[in-house]
Amino acid sequence: MEHARVLRGVAGVAGFLAAAEIVGATGLIDDRFLPRMSTILRGAAELLVDQEFLADARASLAAWGLGLLLTVAVAVPAGLALGALPPVERAVRPLIEFLRPIPSVAIIPLAILLFSDNLHLRVAVVVYAASWPIVINTIYALRDVDPLAKETLRSFGFGPVSVLLRVALPSAAPFIATGIRVAAGTAVILVISAELLAGGAEGIGIYITEAASGNRMDLMLGAALWAGLFGVLSNTALVAVERRLFRWHDVRTGAAR
Amino acid sequence: MLEITDLVHSYGSHRVLDGVSIRAAEGELVCVVGPSGCGKSTLLRSVAGLIRPTGGRVLIGGQPVDRIPDNLAVVFQDYSRSLYPWMTAANNVALPLRRRGLDRRRRREAAMAALDQVGLADAAAKYPWEMSGGMQQRVSIARALAYRPSLLLMDEPFGSVDAQTREDLEDLVLRVCAHHGMTTLLITHDIDESVYVGDRVIVLTRSPARVAADLPVDLGESRDQIATRQLDAFVRLRAEVGRLVRGGSPTSTVLEKQ
Repeated sequence: MEHARVLRGVAGVAGFLAAAEIVGATGLIDDRFLPRMSTILRGAAELLVDQEFLADARASLAAWGLGLLLTVAVAVPAGLALGALPPVERAVRPLIEFLRPIPSVAIIPLAILLFSDNLHLRVAVVVYAASWPIVINTIYALRDVDPLAKETLRSFGFGPVSVLLRVALPSAAPFIATGIRVAAGTAVILVISAELLAGGAEGIGIYITEAASGNRMDLMLGAALWAGLFGVLSNTALVAVERRLFRWHDVRTGAAR
Repeated sequence: MLEITDLVHSYGSHRVLDGVSIRAAEGELVCVVGPSGCGKSTLLRSVAGLIRPTGGRVLIGGQPVDRIPDNLAVVFQDYSRSLYPWMTAANNVALPLRRRGLDRRRRREAAMAALDQVGLADAAAKYPWEMSGGMQQRVSIARALAYRPSLLLMDEPFGSVDAQTREDLEDLVLRVCAHHGMTTLLITHDIDESVYVGDRVIVLTRSPARVAADLPVDLGESRDQIATRQLDAFVRLRAEVGRLVRGGSPTSTVLEKQ
């Protein structure tokens, strides 16, 4: 099953690459605007030994990691507080519903005004944008914690804080983890968007801007390809961590293992 | 040990308990039986301090229950929701012992001893979802035992297991309650079970619940799934409880005994 699914995925990607290459070879598309697929892939491979690109990638990765860590540190407690205190949640809800649909990229110009340091800027927009899925998932997960599970601990004389930390938090953890995984994807988008819009000294976004102004479409798309690949890999890694940590949850809900 | 006096509870305008009074002496196993939906669980939750009854009084060991008492343990019917799936059996049993101020090693020892008593010494490292229903309910019972409560409350504890497992669990509860001299209030809708397990059977009326009868069970200390259920005394008492649960009035033969 798993094997066949991976094979199909690989076949799909290979098919797309081949089709793109064939279209490029027919000369339908001017390859000054969109290089041939083989050229892009060669460009992407070149980037692996390009010291400048590697330094940019490391800078973006650092902003992503720091931003995501800070997001988790802010959003999980916020979600717990809102989930555990329904009156506060009701008071804050309209604000959340107003802010959440605003495309996060639209706040980057504001962040540019607020932050002079480029790392601070990127981390700030990541925290703003990536907090939503975690906060929302945590609130809903806490609301769905089995009342009998909480009552059991309560009947042994545990107070509300103990019940929150020992029953509600572990019960909600699989859903919080899913929120973190979504947040990790959002963070990739925001780091690179901020670099594209705000400029700065280093970052994949900076590299992309420079490659584009130097008319190196192959390197520009190659860099974008690596950014996309990073998103896929981080997602896969987080799924693996979730499966390992929350086997009890998968077994319970009957999810495929 | 346990004194429930004139307990009244209403959900909004819907009255569920209508002046229920029950007493249990130290070490006694009292079964409360009544028709489904008659307010048995509300009664148990009031005793456990999980809800604040509209009226009346509950005393445990002379102390009024005005918050959740720290000397009682509850075994719920739904073990699969009451046990924590992210913890092994041993950790589930050990968790409440944090309230007893025991260090990790002591908690572990007490949990292993309790699991041993319910015949699950080998399953300590298993997760609840790796166990059968009967085993899971044994873990719940072990969790209550390890806590060393002076009052054990059981809410339909055998309601979700098959017949064979139910009999095994009934005998298990009889054994461990006698061993620890634990005062126990067991709530059930099963007439046979209330007579087989109880030292006394309290029959509640249909909602709003009142005490219809308080019947002593004269079947001796040791009980046997086959022999006890064949005794004339068992058959008569079961019939009496059955009549009362269906809304009948007490017959003279049983009244004479009281």
